[in-house]
Parts: sequence; C-alpha cells; structure tokens
Amino acid sequence: MADSMVVANDEVDLSRRKFLTSATIGVGAVGAVLAAIPFVASWEPSERARALGVPTDLDLSKVDPGQMVIVLWRKQPIYVVRRTPEMVSSLTGHDDRLKDPESKSSEQPAYCKNTQRSRKADILVLIGICTHLGCLPKQHFAAGDPELGPTWPGGYLCPCHGSRFDLAGRVFDGSPASVNLRIPPYSFPNPNRLVVGVDEKGEA
Amino acid sequence: MAVPNQSAASATPVSSGAPKKGFYAWLDKRLPVSEFIESQLTGYFAPKNFNFWYFFGFIALVVLVLQLVTGIFLTMFYKPGEATSFDSVQFIMREIDFGWLIRYMHSTGASAFFVVVYLHMFRAFLYGSYKAPRELLWLVGMLVYLALMAEAFMGYVLPWGNMSFWGAQVIVNIFGTIPVIGPGLVEWIRGDYAIADATVNRFFALHVVAIPLILLALVGLHLIALRRTGSNNPDGIEIKAKVGPNGHPLDGIPFHPYYTVKDTVGICAFLVIFAIIVFYAPTFGGLFLESANFEPANPVSTPPDITPVWYFTPFYAILRAMPDQRLGTLAMLLAIVAFFFLPWLDRSPVRSIRYKGWISKVALAVFVVSFVGLGFMGMRPPEGLYVVIGRIFTGLYFLFWILMPFYSRWDSVKPVPERVVYHAH
Repeated sequence: MADSMVVANDEVDLSRRKFLTSATIGVGAVGAVLAAIPFVASWEPSERARALGVPTDLDLSKVDPGQMVIVLWRKQPIYVVRRTPEMVSSLTGHDDRLKDPESKSSEQPAYCKNTQRSRKADILVLIGICTHLGCLPKQHFAAGDPELGPTWPGGYLCPCHGSRFDLAGRVFDGSPASVNLRIPPYSFPNPNRLVVGVDEKGEA
Repeated sequence: MAVPNQSAASATPVSSGAPKKGFYAWLDKRLPVSEFIESQLTGYFAPKNFNFWYFFGFIALVVLVLQLVTGIFLTMFYKPGEATSFDSVQFIMREIDFGWLIRYMHSTGASAFFVVVYLHMFRAFLYGSYKAPRELLWLVGMLVYLALMAEAFMGYVLPWGNMSFWGAQVIVNIFGTIPVIGPGLVEWIRGDYAIADATVNRFFALHVVAIPLILLALVGLHLIALRRTGSNNPDGIEIKAKVGPNGHPLDGIPFHPYYTVKDTVGICAFLVIFAIIVFYAPTFGGLFLESANFEPANPVSTPPDITPVWYFTPFYAILRAMPDQRLGTLAMLLAIVAFFFLPWLDRSPVRSIRYKGWISKVALAVFVVSFVGLGFMGMRPPEGLYVVIGRIFTGLYFLFWILMPFYSRWDSVKPVPERVVYHAH
C-alpha cells in the first residue's frame, strides 16, 4: 500500500505540518486584517466632511438677553441663549425634579459641569438634539408657561415625545429622555465672539 | 440519473428514464437539467397535508424576485445624494413612464415581504417547524429576516424624505448607546457628523448590491437546508418514517406538479391583493409610505412624531417601553435574539399545536396579541396610557420566551397519529 502513496505515513513529519499549517493560517489572518483596513477606513468622515466640520463662529453682540439663536455646527443645530439674570436664578430650586441635576451622566466639557452648565453664567450653548430620540426641543422660556403648568421654571419641551429640559438643558423627571442635553466644546476668543467646536484643548 | 426502484417511475410524472431527443437531449448532455428537475421538483416529496399556511414561503420567493426586478429599474433613474435623492424619486413618480407603478410596486413589495415573512414565521410557530432536525433551517431563516430588516431600513432612507432622515437619525443613534465605542461607531456608520450625503450613498450601495447578494445566498442556504430535512407539516409528523414499497414516503407527493400547481393558486390570490394595494392604496393610509416623507429631509425640523414603518414598530415599542435608553436598546436586541433560541426553548415532545395542550395554545395567543399590540403602540406617541400598555405587552412578550422551557415541558400533549391527517377532496 505504501508504494502507491506519494508519501508513506511514517515519513510524514506531523509537527512540521502542524507548524506550516498554523503559520499559513496566522499569516493569512494578519493579511486579511490588513486588507480590511482600507475598506473600514473608507467609511470614516471624508476630508471634505472634516473640513466642513470646522468650528462655527457667532457674534454674540447680536444676541439680546432672553433670546435664542440657532447656529449649525457639523450639521447639528446649536442653541445659543443669552440668559437674563432671572433665567439664571430660575435654575436653582428644582433639583429634586431633575434626573441628573449635577450633570453626572451627561456629555459636556469639564468646564460646563456646573449648575449653569456653561462657561459664562449668561451664555448657554447646547446641542439642540433631544437625547431621547433626536428631535429638536422647542423653546418654552416663560416661567409658568400655560402648556407646562405653574411650576414650570422655563426651558425646553421636545414636541416628539414630551421630554422637558430646564434653561441649562437638564432633563426633568417623567421625561422619556434620561440624559441632559449635550454641550459641545466652545470658547470665547473675545467677549463678544463665540466659537463652537474648539476650546483650549483644540478642535473637537 | 439512476432510479433505484423502477416502480417509482410510474408515480413520478416526469420520468428521467424517458428517451430525450433534439435540443433537450443536447442540452441535458451538457447541463444536468433533467437531473435537477428530478431531484428538486418531480422527485422531491413533500407531505400531502399542506394547508394554506404553506403558501407563504413560495410567495416570499416571488416577492424577492419582484423586489429585485423593480429595484433594478428604480436604480436606473434614482440618483443617491443629499441634493439629488429626493428630486430623483419625484422624477421617477412624475416623469418616467410608469415610474410611479414601478416605485409603488417596490414600496408595496417591501411591506408585502414583511407580511408574508411574518406569516411564514407564524406557520413555523404553529407547527413546530423549527424543532429538530430543522433548527438550522430556522436559524438561516432568521438570518434572512435580519438581512431583510437591514435591507428595508436602508431602502427607507433612500427617498431622502424627512422621515427617511429622522428615521435614520434615530436608528443610527441606537448604536450610539453602546458603551465606549458607541459615538465613534455612529460617526463611522454615517461617514459624517450627521446623517448626510456620505450616509445615503453608502446605504444605496448596501441596499442595491451588498445586502441583496447576502439575501440571495441566505435564501439559497435556506432552500438547501429545507431539501436536506424535508418540509414539516401541520401534523408535525416525520413523513420519511413511513416509506412505501417504492422507497417514497407514504404521505408524500412530488413537489411538481402537486405543489407547484397549488402554489400558483396562492400566488394568484396574493397578486390580486397586491395589485389592489398598488393601484388603490399605495401609501396604505400612511402605513406603507408615511406622509412626513413627502417633504424633503430637513436637519433642522423634525416630523411631529418619528415612527418607523409598521414592520419595525413592535421592536421600536420595546425600545421606548424601557425607562432608560441603554436598557431599551438591550431589550430590543433581546426581543430579536430570542427568536434564534426558539428551537431550544421549546421543550415540548410534540411539534404541532394540534397535539399540544391548552397552555401552549394560550401562550402562543398571548405572544401574537402582544407582538401585534406592540406594533400598534410603536406607531403611537409614547405618552400616558400608550406607555403603560406598551410596557404590559413588553412584559408579556418576554414572559412568552422566558417561560417557554417550562410550560412547553409541563403542558399536556395529545397522542400524535402514525400518519398525517388528510381528507381527499
């Protein structure tokens, strides 16, 4: 029988075969991963998308107290509010009705992790996308808004699923959203100029 | 092809032993045509007691072909892109001869696909078609269902209406709830910082090339696995266990001509209903095509209420029933994954609902009511009573799966007959 075989069984060096097999599989696997890199990387935002995602400027002198302006940054609506002193003081006194009054689980730069959720008490900057399912919360800034009852301190109401946020974008109990509104990185190159998307740490 | 027992030839309408002449003989010598017909159709024996529930697999295949054909033609006129998608769909609807018909066939076909697949899956629930030895057949079928969900979702984004945009936003954001890698993953899927040009272009490529190829491969595997085990039947009896003197199952009949003819009747009925919807109710009251999608995508204006198309609403309702987003995502994932474990969760000694006890019947009824109920809740705004009802149905839905290993074993069973129950007509 052994004569008809190309290699007789006792001539086979099994450990060598095993080594060659595993070496081939190993090199093949590494090659497959390397070959996948360009295809996976092609799905990252393109250079053009990144270039269009540069920081957005806003002249704050055009924003009156109590007024909100929407600018687009990376195709996301950014809510910029110049809060009046009354609006800032409305932020205290309803912590017990908030899900996360200290912004522990929400997404914001470290310098916005405070009661006002802002760098300056009067300027509020938020990403205007509901953290529930991505709708745009509407402004209901007047305290005691008839739609929201006498205890309403002023803030945002999401028209889609009824999530409510205060004037620092903190979510109220009973809202389907469980996280406060997100805050992008931002900075003030001079007192009247807001730049969204860049801070001391560089561009987002 | 060799026929082991010559007497079988008389039971087989198209005999492979018959002499062939002319072109057919020429062809058969070069391509195994008659061998294929014999092994897959005339010599493939299916249980003789199939009822109407057995139409849906075949109808699903026809709908797949319909979607491929109408889809290829839509591709000729559609232009993916932030600036072109919406307008090119309007162009198809208004300026291409019969463009409206091709598009409505495709959009109605998508919903029809899910109707048919859901009925096909329910048939498996009824008669235990997922039980050994058909577990793999069931698993491949579930992969077909997953591929179909991906295909339908991406197809829905392509018209670039406002619901396309916000639907994509919500669904893609679900991946963002994954810890650590979530935000980066979402950016990678979109190819931009928002749902944008890059997103619609890659969804187009996946929708028209990648996923259809995967679907076809999976459907092929599904059929191959079916040929290996043979079809189950309403009695859940293994027909191969009782074989006649000619080597064929006593309760089996050749797929062709018996079931090809029967399925033709089913297809006729399906096409009548399909045509009525395409011609008289293509939007199906906002269920198949949502009204918010008749305005172009607008990143700074959300539709009054974001709801997916009806076939996703049961899972969407589960997502929203949870008070926490991560929990919601997890629950939705589990609600889909549960189906994969069905063959091992069902511990009943019998397959068919006909021989199961009342507990199994009640459980299946509760499952159907909660699944359909969740479907309705997923279309309503998540407020007040709808949330409560949605949570109750979510609870019932999961109880059906969690308790199955217990009630399916404890439930009483009726004796299963030796041969299938069949009355000639």
